[in-house]
Amino acid sequence: MQPLTNRSKLVVQKEMTFMERIYLPAILKGMAITLSHFFKKKNTVQYPEVQRPIAPVYRGKHVLKRDEQGRERCTACGLCAVACPAEAITMVAAERTKGEENLYREEKYAAVYEINQLRCIFCGLCEEACPKEAIFLTDVITPVETTRKEFVYGKDKLVEPLNQRIDVSKRQSWRMPEQQS
Amino acid sequence: MDSALLIEKIVLVLVILGITLLIATYSTYAERKIAAFLQDRQGPNRAGIFGILQPIADAGKMFFKEDLIPAASEKWLFIMGPGIAMFTACMTGAAIPWGTELHVFGYTLHMQIADIDIGILYIIGFVSMGVYGIMIGGWASNNKYSLYGAIRASSQMISYELAMGLSIIAVVMMTGTLSLKEIAAQQHGINWNIWYQPLGFIIFFTCALAECNRAPFDLPECDSELIGGYHTEYSSMKLGFYLFAEYINMFISSAVIATLYFGGYNFPGMDFIESSTLLGWLQFATLFAKIFFFIFVFMWIRWTLPRFRYDQLMHLGWKSLIPLAIVNMLITAAVVLLKSNSF
Repeated sequence: MQPLTNRSKLVVQKEMTFMERIYLPAILKGMAITLSHFFKKKNTVQYPEVQRPIAPVYRGKHVLKRDEQGRERCTACGLCAVACPAEAITMVAAERTKGEENLYREEKYAAVYEINQLRCIFCGLCEEACPKEAIFLTDVITPVETTRKEFVYGKDKLVEPLNQRIDVSKRQSWRMPEQQS
Repeated sequence: MDSALLIEKIVLVLVILGITLLIATYSTYAERKIAAFLQDRQGPNRAGIFGILQPIADAGKMFFKEDLIPAASEKWLFIMGPGIAMFTACMTGAAIPWGTELHVFGYTLHMQIADIDIGILYIIGFVSMGVYGIMIGGWASNNKYSLYGAIRASSQMISYELAMGLSIIAVVMMTGTLSLKEIAAQQHGINWNIWYQPLGFIIFFTCALAECNRAPFDLPECDSELIGGYHTEYSSMKLGFYLFAEYINMFISSAVIATLYFGGYNFPGMDFIESSTLLGWLQFATLFAKIFFFIFVFMWIRWTLPRFRYDQLMHLGWKSLIPLAIVNMLITAAVVLLKSNSF
């Protein structure tokens, strides 16, 4: 029969020769191979000290961005929650009252905004759905927690801190120009 | 018996025991490091510089872990198992000549705890006692996997002890003595037994691997099918004792191999060293260099070869090693006979 590829090999079960039957040459050969690995360069990345470079479009922990004046951009429209295939996002909307203009950019804001990091699949669809450029995925790796409850991130963990702004320009740059306006 | 001798022996016993335990402790570190290096990894390197404190951290963990005794187990025997394994492992060091004489602070130390006439028999006896620890522990666990491991250990021990004994007989016939001190002394300089008994060495080495339950003969443990074999039910320091006993056995096996076949403390050019103090220390160091080499080979083999199947193990033991050992014995006997008839 004509073989479909040239990769196939015919299995032969032939009697082993004496040298093969005493196994010692094969064992010594194997030991030589392992010994050669003894002196090879190690592949290990010493993690906390050395970190592997990650792609600019890496999708890690989420951030709720503030605008230039430090106001929260999110208007609690719920499009991210609708877009989320894992149903990880929940929110409660509230109306902005007088005197809160320096806190929230829109007239409506998210009083509660929660992402369950155990459900999240880090697909980035929330980011694509957001009309207000409020939610972004950063290059931060979600840290380890000890209980399931702690993995439900509230606004305290998601909203960008005022004193340490998170740069998401890399993620903004690959979006379509008309969306950037 | 005068008190000076008693003190000398007690000191020697404590020193040898201490060295044995220290080497066994650091064998665990060496094992992990060598395994890592052979697999292009780094190995433990977090505890201390190069991970040198790792064995201490492991021992601390072992001590403070919860010590579980299964409700359905035979409690007394369950506790005794690791004890026997550890005890027999520590006993074997007594008959090995660690050197000739060592001059320390004006004293002359004879570097052998007990110069028994039948030293090699003593060691074989205690090594085969070692399987009782495994058997009792595995049986007392009241767990089918442990029982399988224990049965495998005992049948493996029976199969390989025969070939081991037969290969030693060839050495004994050649040297004409059972005393390890004599055997070591006869291999002066580079006149090692390996030149006369290469086949015997290969058989003995294979059997030593099997007796120590080291891969590729680690069927009693067999993580992948027996989930740890005889020590499945063990935890905390009892498990630690079993693992530790294995490393002590490995150390003693290396010492026996070095003494029987590789000249023990002898090294080429030892006649040219004038100072007896220096010679004593050099002999001690030589023996340990040989031992470390064989420990390395043990580990090297473990991380190269896959485990035998049970029928392959039996096939190798009964159909290959024992006939070979008998042939080796007969050839040695013929040569010894011809030589003694001034041929």
